[in-house]
Amino acid sequence: MTARSTDTTQRGSAGKGPKKTGWQAYSDWANDHRKWLFAAPAMVFVGILIVFPLAWTLYLSLTDASGSVRAESDFIGLENYTEVLTDTQRFWPAVGRTFYFTIGALAIQMVLGMCIALLLWRPFKGEKFVRVVILLPLVATPVAVGMMWRLILDPNIGFANQLLGFFGLPGQPWLSSPETALTTLLFVDVWQWTPMVVLILLAGLTSLSDEPDEAARIDGATAWQRFWYVTLPLMMPTVIVAVLLRGIDALKTFDILYATKGKGGGSFNEVETLNIYAYGLSFDYMDYGVASAVLILFFMIIVACMWLVTFRRKGNK
Amino acid sequence: MKRHNVMRATAVAALLSLGLTACGSGGGGSEEASSTVRVTLANHVWTDIIKEAIPEFEEETGLTVQLTQLGEDQLSDQYNVKLNAGTDEIDVMMYRPLQEGKLFAQNGYLADLSERVEGNAEWDWSDFQSGPVEATTFEDKVVGVPLITEREVLYYRKDLLEKAGLEVPKTLEELEAAAKQIKEENPETAGFVARTGRSAAVTQFSSYLYSFGGDFIDDSGKSAIGTPEAKEAYDYYGRMIREYGPENVSTDMSWPEAMAIFTQGGAAFYTEADSLYKNATDPADSKVAETVGFAPMPEGPAGSKPYNVPSWGLAINEASANQDNAWKFIEWATSKEKTLEVQKAGVPGPRSSVWEDPEGISTYPKDLAEAIAVSAENGVGYDRPLVVSVAEAREIVGDPIVAAITGEDAAKAAETANTSFEAFLEDEK
Repeated sequence: MTARSTDTTQRGSAGKGPKKTGWQAYSDWANDHRKWLFAAPAMVFVGILIVFPLAWTLYLSLTDASGSVRAESDFIGLENYTEVLTDTQRFWPAVGRTFYFTIGALAIQMVLGMCIALLLWRPFKGEKFVRVVILLPLVATPVAVGMMWRLILDPNIGFANQLLGFFGLPGQPWLSSPETALTTLLFVDVWQWTPMVVLILLAGLTSLSDEPDEAARIDGATAWQRFWYVTLPLMMPTVIVAVLLRGIDALKTFDILYATKGKGGGSFNEVETLNIYAYGLSFDYMDYGVASAVLILFFMIIVACMWLVTFRRKGNK
Repeated sequence: MKRHNVMRATAVAALLSLGLTACGSGGGGSEEASSTVRVTLANHVWTDIIKEAIPEFEEETGLTVQLTQLGEDQLSDQYNVKLNAGTDEIDVMMYRPLQEGKLFAQNGYLADLSERVEGNAEWDWSDFQSGPVEATTFEDKVVGVPLITEREVLYYRKDLLEKAGLEVPKTLEELEAAAKQIKEENPETAGFVARTGRSAAVTQFSSYLYSFGGDFIDDSGKSAIGTPEAKEAYDYYGRMIREYGPENVSTDMSWPEAMAIFTQGGAAFYTEADSLYKNATDPADSKVAETVGFAPMPEGPAGSKPYNVPSWGLAINEASANQDNAWKFIEWATSKEKTLEVQKAGVPGPRSSVWEDPEGISTYPKDLAEAIAVSAENGVGYDRPLVVSVAEAREIVGDPIVAAITGEDAAKAAETANTSFEAFLEDEK
């Protein structure tokens, strides 16, 4: 390796004159700046894919861009934000639904996920089979999942109501009633994503050492006490990872909502979360300015939530 | 020294890969009049038929067709993103003249075809029906060629009518009475079904609105959905679904759901676009294929006034460098022969000569052809508010429909919607 490199240097210097060759100079420069050089691709990536779109959205949110982003638009300051923040018809209900969906889905998934993970923790017969079955919902595309559930839950030709009818129960409106649609979809989300929580928690559980648990057992702690005072505190870092990952995911859920209820989140906007609202504003209404304002506000809400979660965690330590 | 080398190798590799990506993205696009025509089409029966014929076109002209096929919503999203960015990667585009025509034309996405359509006497632009042509014309410029036309007709079940001893309803009043009677006599079957989704129902509701003497926008450009006629129409449409519709009716139905109920034998009457009739008459899809009948839109207080519109058209992307070849494709796909062929396969076309040709309606159920003939005569040329942001307008004027279906006060909902629509129209001026 060393020999070949010297070789190259020599050849280089022979070709380009007596002084430091261009290659040599570059090489030295590269060595001096290596921390920037290595980070450069990542920085370019972040710049192109994150900073630019964000800055562009921020700019659009301050204009009255509509119809086409190529059309002329005027700078209107914070007008879009005032419009959005005073909108009690669509925006605030959408914020409410976003949080209802996120918190609801997260809470159920964490509790259910922990229960399943604890059940799968100790080896048992047929364990592999059970694990595979549990992971099945996870491998399906959310849009396909949405369409599948839409068919199952169809009030007239759907399987769910036919099954209820078979047992002599009245058909339920599931997705079609404005009161139940969002909750129904929350459970579809639970159906699909609980396995992911199980997976993360199970990984955490299997990496725990047995000693604290054994010690507690010898001291005569009940199963619940061992879980609550020993296992759960030890699992806290894993739980937080799961909460963060699933929380972000649930917050930005789009596919199953759109695939089942379509534009505007249904005829009464019953499942219109912030995502669906912003999508509708930009792709159906072509109100790019207002849509951008909604997205910037959504972004700020997410940042605030993240900050709260991580800040609390630091505070606890 | 060793680290030195690693450093160098990595740097070179990184630079190389960056350089390569740059080359990769900079390549295409700039060539003039390529022999490849890039055509974007929607998922539609028309597309399925034309797709099979494309090799003929390729052989005739020596051009290659690169086809992209998308669902309606995805197509719309693609156009919004790509045309907004000024792409030249689309040459021919299938679009919805009434839904996006005004917006696209206003944004300058659609090439002016005025000279081209007049240029070929054999192809014959004057053969196209005037309603559809109007919809693909923007500010006196032709920006698209109509492809598929549709009118609202009444689909009904002959067997159920016979069993109840009823005639085919000619008026909306008779339709309601018949739906009521059939539902009472057959508790398992709905008397009537139609679209119920806020936006989806608007186009089908329009025929009811016109037949009651109403309209979306009045002559002075103001909202007309708060008029007594409109309120009555909303109330009627909502009542028909609420009282005589299927059990557990949802407010999300577009045509696939409503059609499914009808073709599964779940309803006696169904008002829908005639262009979808194959779904009901094809035994592979429909349990009622044998007993389905067609009739013109029943008369309301203002007569029978269904819509008669071009639901799809072909246009050329203004930014395309390949417009001549794109036009060749359009000329071929909308020629008399192709239109006849496609129409015989079940897609109602926009050419008068094909409708006059007995062969053009030879494959249609007789009663459907008659219903279409009636509707083509007294039809209204639009089925939704003709504005720039049609999607938003549809949601506003569609609100009272779902309100009426769920049993709310239709008149009150129409008042509220009227105020919003008024503001919307003012905003768009």
